[in-house]
Amino acid sequence: MRWLYLGVLAACLVVTLPLEVVLGARVYRRPLRLALTLLPVLAVFLIWDAAAISAGQWSYHHLVGLRIGNVPVEEIAFFVVVPICTVLTLEAVRRRRPTWRIGDEPPTLPTDQ
Amino acid sequence: MTYTAAAVLGVVAAVVLDVAVLRTRLVRRKAFWTAYAIVLAFQLLVNGILTGRRLVTYDHDTILGARLAYAPVEDILFGFSLALQTLAWWVWWGRRANQARANLARTSAGAATRNRVARPTRTRRSSTL
Repeated sequence: MRWLYLGVLAACLVVTLPLEVVLGARVYRRPLRLALTLLPVLAVFLIWDAAAISAGQWSYHHLVGLRIGNVPVEEIAFFVVVPICTVLTLEAVRRRRPTWRIGDEPPTLPTDQ
Repeated sequence: MTYTAAAVLGVVAAVVLDVAVLRTRLVRRKAFWTAYAIVLAFQLLVNGILTGRRLVTYDHDTILGARLAYAPVEDILFGFSLALQTLAWWVWWGRRANQARANLARTSAGAATRNRVARPTRTRRSSTL
């Protein structure tokens, strides 16, 4: 039971790995962009989580027992794993539907004439 | 603040980030909603396990009480906020990199020809938006 939470998160990474390897999502292969995406999200949601824990809004049970401040390591892993899976999903959608714009496409160069 | 209020605020903050701050406008894109629908399905599964096995429990005074696959409905809003903020940052960083690359190409192309007129290095809204 102690390892269930981390096990579920590991399963999320395993299940989404084919999106990178087979579909060519190219998320893990852009580590800087991925890290810059994760950082602000981690900051916001860890603050939210810590505040909710100290306010007693939710609590955790049967975890491995490691905490940073009052936040269990499982939660930190959650806010890394879930965003990675989310980005992999978006990039997979892009691979399957190349005509759908996402908003980060390279600008078309003006002809300069 | 209750979890209900915080979750609604979380959604509002994510939409503001997407529409007004980073101007990625994912909430208007089919690709985003398609990806979110897939993420939501898996969220219900994962959340169902974590709350169903009572690894995470909630104070009854802080939630409405309605539940979906064991998890309080507030978790849906929380998950939406997480997904939208993540993807807005991802797209924003990608757009920045692509614009920088295009500007570099444009500058070197301009330098190679007669055109040495200073031009804006960044446009506030690119044509791809």
